[in-house]
Amino acid sequence: MSLLRIRNLSVDFATASGPFRAVDSVDIDVDTGEILAIVGESGSGKSVSMLALMGLLPWTATITADEMMFDGHDLSKLGPAARRRIVGKDLAMIFQEPMSSLNPCFTVGWQIKEALRFHLGLDRAARHARAIELFEQVGIPAPEKRLSAFPHQMSGGMNQRVMIAMAISCRPKLLIADEPTTALDVTIQAQILDLLTGLRKETGMGLVLITHDMGVVAETAERVSVQYAGQKIEEQPVADLFATPHHPYTAALLDALPERATEKKLPTIPGVVPGQFDRPAGCLFSPRCKFADALCRATPPKPQGRDLGLARCHYPLNTDERAAS
Amino acid sequence: MTETAAAAVTETARPNRLREFWYYFRENRGAVIGLWVFAVFVFCAALGPWIAPHDPTQQFREYTLLPPAWQTGGSWEFILGTDPLGRDMLSRLIVGARYSFFVGVVVVSIAASGGILIGLIAGFSPTWLDAIIMRIMDIILAFPSLLLALVLVAILGPSLTNAMIAIAIVLQPHYVRLTRASVLSEKQKDYVTSARVAGAGLVRLMFVTVLPNCLAPIIVQGALSFSTAILDAAALGFLGMGAQPPTPEWGTMLAEAREFILRAWWVVTFPGLAILVTVLAINLMGDGLRDALDPKLKRS
Amino acid sequence: MLKYLASRLLTFIPTFIGVTLISFSFIRALPGDPIVVMAGERGLSEERYAELVKQFGFDRPVYVQFWEYLTGVLQGDLGNSFVTKKPVWDEFFALFPATLELSICAMIFAVALGLPAGVIAAVNRGKFFDRALMSTALVGYSMPIFWWALLLIIVFSGNLGWTPVSGRIDLVYYFPNATGFMLIDSLVSGQKGAFASAVRHLILPTIVLGTIPLAVIARQTRSAMLEVLGEDYIRTARAKGMPPGRINGIHALRNALIPVVTVIGLSVGTLLAGAILTETIFSWPGIGKWMVDSIFRRDYPVVQGGLLLIAVMVMIVNLTVDVLYGVINPKIRKR
Repeated sequence: MSLLRIRNLSVDFATASGPFRAVDSVDIDVDTGEILAIVGESGSGKSVSMLALMGLLPWTATITADEMMFDGHDLSKLGPAARRRIVGKDLAMIFQEPMSSLNPCFTVGWQIKEALRFHLGLDRAARHARAIELFEQVGIPAPEKRLSAFPHQMSGGMNQRVMIAMAISCRPKLLIADEPTTALDVTIQAQILDLLTGLRKETGMGLVLITHDMGVVAETAERVSVQYAGQKIEEQPVADLFATPHHPYTAALLDALPERATEKKLPTIPGVVPGQFDRPAGCLFSPRCKFADALCRATPPKPQGRDLGLARCHYPLNTDERAAS
Repeated sequence: MTETAAAAVTETARPNRLREFWYYFRENRGAVIGLWVFAVFVFCAALGPWIAPHDPTQQFREYTLLPPAWQTGGSWEFILGTDPLGRDMLSRLIVGARYSFFVGVVVVSIAASGGILIGLIAGFSPTWLDAIIMRIMDIILAFPSLLLALVLVAILGPSLTNAMIAIAIVLQPHYVRLTRASVLSEKQKDYVTSARVAGAGLVRLMFVTVLPNCLAPIIVQGALSFSTAILDAAALGFLGMGAQPPTPEWGTMLAEAREFILRAWWVVTFPGLAILVTVLAINLMGDGLRDALDPKLKRS
Repeated sequence: MLKYLASRLLTFIPTFIGVTLISFSFIRALPGDPIVVMAGERGLSEERYAELVKQFGFDRPVYVQFWEYLTGVLQGDLGNSFVTKKPVWDEFFALFPATLELSICAMIFAVALGLPAGVIAAVNRGKFFDRALMSTALVGYSMPIFWWALLLIIVFSGNLGWTPVSGRIDLVYYFPNATGFMLIDSLVSGQKGAFASAVRHLILPTIVLGTIPLAVIARQTRSAMLEVLGEDYIRTARAKGMPPGRINGIHALRNALIPVVTVIGLSVGTLLAGAILTETIFSWPGIGKWMVDSIFRRDYPVVQGGLLLIAVMVMIVNLTVDVLYGVINPKIRKR
């Protein structure tokens, strides 16, 4: 049985100019100890689906799902109090901006011990010992001293380590990392990714990595789900995805990688992700797709079979039929 | 929330600024109610003597301290009753609107024009001059506003005109601070640099390039100080340092009515209610203006 | 932190000199000759007039006069009242406890109600409770407090007879003035009913004086809370599975307090301005009433000295707020 199983998740935001669908019937599965990467441009709804799972969306959001099973509990059917016993303990999340994700008015030690007190009920001394142990585990030097530091006294990389320490403090079964390296220096990025994959190996937790960086995906992930404009458009194991992308959007993303460039000029995908006011009638990618025809513009495609990476496309790439014809 | 923000950016046809402003303003029900009440207030201020049923200073000697019409002993000729000298309350209230309106308009124009000018100068001047100007404003702000106004009126002599001057002086530092703060933040922006590179002179830079972009908070402050001015002028009138009797200014009316407070509730209640409703309406409008003009507070 | 404190103190000095200069020039800007005014109806002989001019130093250059005034102020010499002939300094500090007692009560009233109201409104944003609380706050904010005082007197003193109309305590009680705070003195005196009487005298003035700060604090707390509740670290706290009460009451409020404390400090000036009206209406023997009476009596040394001392009080409070701001905002504290 998989650790996380989400079926047909949709999220709508009530905005001043009408409802906006940020996530559109997405399915997500994560097995114990697996690394799943969710990839997409800004505005593709990849963070929103995970925030919906955590119950962190603002009141303007409406969440609907057939199923949101985590570790044997259906989160969509749990009450707020029961949900809080899982969120932060077995299900943890770290965010993109380490500097603003920590409370500026409290020491990092206070913030990490708070979680230990609530979820594990440790006493003072045990909390202190565990906090030091966690800081060592995430590679923070002089942990004893750092516990009494305020977030603004530390660097972004250190703060992200604090966030990770806080997230793994109760030994979660699944850790969601929402673009954990985007706001950091390039040299720090690799350290944080190594830390996350290392922790996964040590603790056996599942890891969901939300990113827009295909390089990060190639290095760390085992399975990849590609999102576009709120829809999951393709999902494959990482090696297969890089070798035989089925959706034109995935292919275009891969072509835009500098390592794969064959020409002098880097290919780009023209246009932007459709927003609230310019959602196309047919396939959401059709305005930017070089293969699109009348069918694509008129009818939204259904996902293909597993063998074709569940690609949401009328004309998936790299199929035997296409090669034959 | 990055998702929705991105969606807003790709919005194809942006409504124009005034339309957008009105859209947000209209959404705030309180602000619209405030606008209507304010319209009635302006109407009374403009046409007071023509719509009032009686002359506000005429004394009906045989009808002193008449209660409002719906109470026993009241008369429909004097709907809100009469004061101790037999003057019609309703007429005095209607005509009194113009004094408050006048106070608000004059005080806000003096305080705002002076304050904006000084604030612009402070924002564009070298550090030492800026420091001197801001210290002077700190000094004025160290005195409680009503006390300073009271002392200024004592120097100038008690009258409505002097009360307005005093209140304008007291309110003006707020405009200076506000204008300077927005000038300093706008000055950092690229469009100012590009205007400077294009060869715009200092005066053009101050009034044409920067000032229009600082206006939103100043307009909101204008609405708020309009109501402060009305309150302070009424308070001065109440203390006998503003408009002098028999002027039907609302604060002065309250002062005259004070000794009858336990005998005739209506002479005390109605002038204060008029002040409260007017100030409330203006503050409601001010809140609506702020929400509509300040993009930071716009709902996501 | 020390550097921050030092820089704040440095700006205090020129402001203090400026405030002194304003209250000094005030007596010279008044219409009429202050000595003639002081002499009153009886008039003065030529010699007596010359003598007084010399005594007050009006014959010397203005800058010398200002220097002497400034040094006098620093030694606590603000001249004597025309009316009572007593030193202004002594009169001020004899009356100040009455104003302080009233202001403290009003502030406690405003904070105790305003802070929770703002938090509750922010947490229930857009719901009925929020609308009701904020409409009430706006009415309070727009209130002409002199009228509000009269209304409360009509209802609670006139119709219901619950509270007295004026003064600090019933005249039947008499006890030594130990601290100047009626609540403490009456309690210490041990006389039956004295404390209750003092409390009953305080209720209406406290409500009247506290109304506008209450509204301001409630509105400010709400908007500060709304801003903070949208911050990333609140999302983190929720991701940690913290209960909403703890998130609102500790994680968010601790941050929202930073701007609110500033507003509370700034409303001390409003409070003193309000004390002028409140004390006049309730015949409360404090600084505000003393100033208004002196202005009407044209008791210039009192007006001048009172103006200066009140401004200095406001400046000291503002300085304290700045320091407090550093204490509650860790970003400034540990730099």
